[in-house]
Formats: sequence, C-alpha cells, structure tokens
Amino acid sequence: MSKLNPLVGAATSLLQVHDLQVHFPLPKAGWFAPPEVVRAVDGVSFSIARGTTLALVGESGSGKTTTALALMRLAPITAGQVQLGDTALGALQGEALRAARRRFQIIFQDPFSSLNPRERAGATVRAPLDLMQVGTPQERNARVAELFQAVGLRPEQQQLFPHQFSGGQRQRINIARALATNPELVVCDEPVSALDIAIRAQILNLLVRLQKERGLTYLFISHDMAVVEHICEEIAVMYLGQIVERAPRQAFFARPLHPYSVALMSAVPTVHGGRARAAQRIQLSGDPPSPINPPPGCRFAGRCPVAEAACSAELPPLREIAPGHWVRCRRVEVVDGGAIAPLELPGV
Amino acid sequence: MTAPQPLLEVRDLRVEFKTRRGTALVLGGVDLALKAGETLCVVGESGCGKSMTALALLRLIPTPPGRISAGQVMFQGEDLLQASDERMRAVRGNRISMIFQEPMTSLNPVFTVGDQIGESLRLHAGLDAAAARAQAIEMLRQVGIAAPERRVDEYPHQLSGGMRQRVMIAMALACRPDILIADEPTTALDVTVQAQIFDLLRELQRDKGTAIVLITHDMGAVAEMADRVLVMYAGRVVEEGHATQVLGQPGHPYTQGLIDCLPELGSSQQSERHDLAEIAGMVPSIWELGTGCAFRERCPQALARCAHELPPMFALADSTTAAPHRSACWLRQGDGA
Repeated sequence: MSKLNPLVGAATSLLQVHDLQVHFPLPKAGWFAPPEVVRAVDGVSFSIARGTTLALVGESGSGKTTTALALMRLAPITAGQVQLGDTALGALQGEALRAARRRFQIIFQDPFSSLNPRERAGATVRAPLDLMQVGTPQERNARVAELFQAVGLRPEQQQLFPHQFSGGQRQRINIARALATNPELVVCDEPVSALDIAIRAQILNLLVRLQKERGLTYLFISHDMAVVEHICEEIAVMYLGQIVERAPRQAFFARPLHPYSVALMSAVPTVHGGRARAAQRIQLSGDPPSPINPPPGCRFAGRCPVAEAACSAELPPLREIAPGHWVRCRRVEVVDGGAIAPLELPGV
Repeated sequence: MTAPQPLLEVRDLRVEFKTRRGTALVLGGVDLALKAGETLCVVGESGCGKSMTALALLRLIPTPPGRISAGQVMFQGEDLLQASDERMRAVRGNRISMIFQEPMTSLNPVFTVGDQIGESLRLHAGLDAAAARAQAIEMLRQVGIAAPERRVDEYPHQLSGGMRQRVMIAMALACRPDILIADEPTTALDVTVQAQIFDLLRELQRDKGTAIVLITHDMGAVAEMADRVLVMYAGRVVEEGHATQVLGQPGHPYTQGLIDCLPELGSSQQSERHDLAEIAGMVPSIWELGTGCAFRERCPQALARCAHELPPMFALADSTTAAPHRSACWLRQGDGA
C-alpha cells in the first residue's frame, strides 16, 4: 500500500476514490457579496476491495449520500478521481457513461418513492435490461424471473403494482432492479432505515446472501452502528464532508479512536446496555457547524470533549495509526506501536 | 388494594374505522395503566396500533371514519371518553400533552417559537402576552436551547431538527402536564441528538414528575427509557411488564423475535458472522386476522388452538403484585402461580 496516496488501496480493490470533492455554489446574497459554496464532500478518499462491504457512517448532513450520488454520477464531481476497476468513472461522458452504468447501481432508502407507481413490478425490474439492450427479449424475461426468485418474490408478483406490496417487498423489488444488469458495485443508501425492525433483518440477510452468491461489492451507507457492524468489512466515519476515521471492522468496533466515532458509538441505545449505558454516555453539545464556511481547523473541534486550542488552528491530516486504521485527530497518540485514544468508550 | 391509584387507566379501549370493505377494528381492546412519574414504552411494528392508542387517549381519532367504540380512559378518576368537548380542550396540551414524530411538520411555520410555546400558556394558564413570552424563554432555557432570548423570536425554519424537537418538548411541557405522550420523538433525528433528547426527557421527568408514554419501535430506546413496557401486535397488547422482565425474559414469541432480530453492538468481536434471526412473513392485513392469535402465521411455536382461540393475558412465572408481567400467548397458560 502506498504511503503517499494514503487511502487508495491494494490491487484487488474494485473502487478507488481519491480526494473526491462535491461543492454546490449558492446563489449570491447580494451584488457585492462574496460567492458562497456548500462543501458537501470535501476531500474524501477510500477504496473498496472486490466482494467486500465498506460502510460509510455519519449524521445527516455529513455528506455520505452526496458521496454516493457522486460515485453514481448522479451529483456533479467538483474535483477528484473515481476509478471503478480500470475505468476512470469521473471522466466518462455521454454514451460511454450510459453504457458504464450497468456496472454500478444504487438501492435507495425510501422504498415508497423510488418505484414508479404506474409500472408493474416485473416491468420495473426489466427496465434496466431493456435500456441496456441486455440479451434477447426472451432472455430478459428469464432474467427477470430469476431475479424475482433471488430476492424472494413469487413469479406471479411481477404483475402487481408497487402499492400492492409492503415496504419490505418493495425494497426487494428495488434490490432486484439494482441487480438486473449484473453490476459489480452496488451502493446501498440506508436500505433498511425506512423498514420495520422485523423486516430489517430479512433484508439485511438477503443483501449478505446476494453478496456471497454474486460476488457483489457494496458501499453501504447507514447511520445505524449496530447494522453497520453486522454487515461491513471496513468502516469509514464521515463528519462534515470529510472522513475522520477509517478502519477494518474488528479494529474499529473493538476500539474506535476518533472522539467523534467514540461519541457516535456511545450514543447508540442497546437492549443490554439499558440505563447504565445511557448514564455513562458521552454528551456532545450543539449541532454540527455549517458546511458553507467550515471552521479552519478540525471540523469537530467545536463539539469535541477533548479538544485543545491547537485543534481549531489547523486541519489535522488523516494518519495511519495501525495497519489499515486511519484517523484524523491530532490528539491520538502512538506509544510503543499502540494507539492511545484521547477519549475512551465508557464501560468498555 | 394498597397500591396507589394509577394516574391513567385505560380499560378495553376499542377503536374501529369504517371503510368501503366494512368496519375495521384497529384497536381490539387495549388495557394499560400509568402511574405518576413513570415511563411506559409502547412498542410494536407500524400499523400495530401504538399511535392509534395515543390518539384515542386524547380523543384525536378522526371521526368519521374512525370511532372509539368501547372502553374507558380514566384520568384522575374521570372518564375522558365521557367528557365534554370543552373539558377535553382543557385537558389537551394542559394536563396531557403530546409530541409528534416529525418536528418539522408539527410546528407552524408562520409563527415564532415563542408564540407557539406561549399559546398554551395564554389559553390554559390565562397569562398575558408578556408573561407568556417570559415563560416561553424560561421553557426554552430548560430544554437546553442556547440564547433563548434570541431564539424565542425565531421561526421554525431557522432551527435544526434537534432544536425543533426541543421546542416541541418545551411546548408540551409549558403547562406542566401530568402526562406527556411522545410518539416516536426521535425517529427523525440523528443518534447523538436522540441521546440528547432522551437525556432531556429523563431530566425533566425527574424534576417535574411527569409521567411519560413513549411510543417507539426501537428496543434499545425501550431499554434506556422504560420503567414498564407494553408490546402491541395487530391492535392488541400481547405482552406487558417491567422493562427488565420484558427485555430479559420475554414472555411472547413476538417480543422474543423483536429482540433477536436486532443487530447488537459487539457482533464483530465474535469469531463468526451469523445471519440475523428473522421474524418470517409480515404483519397480516386487518381483514385476515381471524379469530385466533394474530401472530400465529409468523410464530415459530404456534399450537393448533392458536388458529381459532384468542389467547387472554396470562401471568408469567416472574410476575409479582408489584411488577406484574403478563403475556397473551397460550404457551404461557399456567406459568404464573
């Protein structure tokens, strides 16, 4: 792994993202007002190994969905490189981009608004095949039937309209549609957040099974740490448009290092933790600052329980503290090869 | 009986909705009791009737098509279902108040937060505009909003989601109600903000002795907030008990399923990755409930009698007079002494 290009990983990686930026210009407030820019994604780099899952977590407004939309070429990329296999995704335009879309697909959060209410479920799943001219019409019928079976829907349900399905079933249709063109990369943008708890487990198990069977690579976006811990191989925590920590699953959940990651973990209510856990919780004050004019230093410094004056002066770099464990915090120290977190997870 | 009279006691509450297909019984006889100063969590999937129960308590069911067809809601010795409309207006927002899931849509965008918090104080406590404004500032301070003197004159769109929910709580608590009903108050919020709101609710409850009915689908939130828990399924209560009883030794297969299907923190430290436990199938349509237990189709332990006999609430082995633990499941028949 290259030390100069910190987050762009090994040769087996399917997706490599380097210094991705997505900025949205705001309308000028007045004739002489300086132009303002929302820095939704501000220098994000990561890679995902083929057949594995990278989870992107963070609070609303942290830029995780914008990152996903930029990778899907559904949001404008301001700067940075996106490489899918051998293809430079960021540079594709027109017909070349359209043709490449079969290789990357997305499952959206809301199973209600992401399906056309006037289109039968079978036609919805078939649409990408027709658009991409995959196989003959007969082969497409067979493919739709195969996809319905793979996601656990009955063949006769192809004839039904979205309103005739429950939320969980609709999400199954979304998954079938995303898999129709046999993509290599599937972005799952909060795929279970809108579902009932009892249905969540069904869909998560389905996603894991499909990944195993088809060798899919997932970018899994979520704010639910327990779901993420269950499903990912690697995790990246975003705060205000930047990655603040990135690590393999076991290392991260055994011991998160960035104070924001620690606070995020301690905020999760658990069945076994109960009130004792709540009493020990790390309290974060206030809300994240605005991405329009982010503070100059560490973006978390204003809410961080262990921030020092120097934290607000300069943006800390993302450092590799242990193999594969990157953290953007100047207060994390390395002593005798072991990392010392400035803030420990209570009760661990 | 030496136990104190509950603050709120609901007996056999039934709500039905008239539809083109016929009359749907959306609440099939709900019983609950709430003591002063305690937190009762109502848990279940969408459509199980938890929000409907909350609305029925305050007689906010849209009528028609809905109708409270039977039951009693005894609040401090008075049956609210028999009370006049005028009396209900004096109770709502004053003695019993409610906060909703969506802080964005439940605040009025054209009034300042000070106006909206002050409204219930002017109506119920008879304060004049200046006194109501002063009290609104005090409420904003109590719910942890910085610079309340400035915020009181701001409009909802100027506040973040977490601050809006704090404003909702300030509104609900302005008249120092006896009961606060919170319908999924943190579902639309981030976890760190959810943690702040839960801390705030616990703190306010400790200071003011408000009883809280918290409606949620998150078992983690239940573990953190609840004194007692009510688990609902398809319009009926299937289990009730103290939080430690219900979470520790669930007495109904549905409750067990809800707990098992949650991914828990710490799973990465196990050597192998397991599939999550699933509750098979989905909630039956209200027209397909039949006469037996509504959960039977999804239940891994269903018996023959479950298909046609509705199980009553049975006391469980760990049930005591002080902490009754009951479950509507034939498997539990004869568990309690």
